[in-house]
Amino acid sequence: MGLSALRVDLLLSFNTSRLNVLVALLICAALVFYFIRQGKKRKGLFLRPISGLSAIEEAVGRATEMGRAVLYTTGLGKMERVATLASMNILGNLARKVASYGTPLIIPCYDPVVMAVAQEVVRESFAKEGKPDAYREENIYFVTQSQFGYAAAVDGIMTREKPAANLFLGTFEAESLILAETGNSIGAIQIAGTDSTIQLAFFIVACDYTLIGEELFAASGYLSRDPLVTGSIKAQDWLKVVIVILIVLGVVFSTLNLDFLSELLSVK
Amino acid sequence: MPLRLPLILVSCFGLFMLLQFFWQATFLDQAYGEVLDWVQIIYLFTLWVGAVHLIKLHLKKSQQKKKEAFYSWVTLAGIFSMLGFGLIGGKEQGSLFSWIFDNVQVPLQATMFSLLAFFVASAAYRGFRARSREALVLLLVAGLVMLGRVPIGNLISEWIPDLANWILNFPSMAARRGILIGIGLGSVATALRIIFGVERTYLGR
Repeated sequence: MGLSALRVDLLLSFNTSRLNVLVALLICAALVFYFIRQGKKRKGLFLRPISGLSAIEEAVGRATEMGRAVLYTTGLGKMERVATLASMNILGNLARKVASYGTPLIIPCYDPVVMAVAQEVVRESFAKEGKPDAYREENIYFVTQSQFGYAAAVDGIMTREKPAANLFLGTFEAESLILAETGNSIGAIQIAGTDSTIQLAFFIVACDYTLIGEELFAASGYLSRDPLVTGSIKAQDWLKVVIVILIVLGVVFSTLNLDFLSELLSVK
Repeated sequence: MPLRLPLILVSCFGLFMLLQFFWQATFLDQAYGEVLDWVQIIYLFTLWVGAVHLIKLHLKKSQQKKKEAFYSWVTLAGIFSMLGFGLIGGKEQGSLFSWIFDNVQVPLQATMFSLLAFFVASAAYRGFRARSREALVLLLVAGLVMLGRVPIGNLISEWIPDLANWILNFPSMAARRGILIGIGLGSVATALRIIFGVERTYLGR
């Protein structure tokens, strides 16, 4: 197939029913890149305090004082899930803190790819802190791919090792409460965050701090204070303003029996 | 170069996934299928990496003079016996592998799942203690919703199930959608940061 034929084929095959999604994505991307540039120019933007993330320092400090470990889990998510990627971004920052304090960090993994990535992230963080020798690869290990087998294994680690701090950040399902309640029973300080609205309720009840909704995705910028990342978080806030305006307009138009806006925004 | 190559790969595959979502061309569909097949193939290899790491770890732990060494022996015995039974007798229905799976693994998983009932009870006890005005509202609303979901609620009053449904469909749904919008925007922004190489922490940078 020639290049011109390929171009024609691409033009003809555009899925027009997804045009609204493409426009929304382009608006998102434009706002994200605009605020990334702003962040670069203004050397960082203000982010409201997020108690769950501020508590990470406290949790690591507590574990250090007690001479116990910090337990970190990304849950059942595989590497292609955005929540797992966000969790890895938090792990990088947490590992630097842990390395500077000399506190053990235990990461039981549900997925072998996540294990490999977590090992790399923690190794690099220890190296950045100038403590590559303190890195313990045997503390980041694959456990099982059985959901409740994983819950049993992590519960067992908690009751045997008695970590002073538990961080549950990533994708969780029915095992969320089993993990959080066991952590609560051993008196560990617990910080959780997930993209599942159903499991959030369980974490809110059983954990000391919970990252709700986009807070999990904002964590990387909040912890690193990287102006490029904080800029994109600012864009999220403006996108929320756009969505609120669209919702208000949608309510007004629907009340007037005009359906064109809801039809325009519906995904086929 | 060692950092640039993974970043280029992530950007290329991320943009390809976007492209195939918006365009419907035969060659894009075929390429998408190929990519998914390769994900499965790579995943199988990583499973080996995980399993070998696990075996090495427990071999090391089993040699230590700690009481936890016993658990490492149990893990190793489980891995090697199931591997042996699977290789020798197969995994078909009626094989020893299948029998152990049905009579050991499945009941163990069911037991862990059943524990959830007790954990829900203890979490609910802590969550519903009316220590503040907000907790009292939570307690009352939760009580109402639970009553609306069981036959006795309807016996007490016909409006209890209706009220429970209204709470779930309007105030609760509004709060959930608010969180979902935040999650959606956060996901898109994170994905864009990763595709365009702004976010590199997951690479250990």
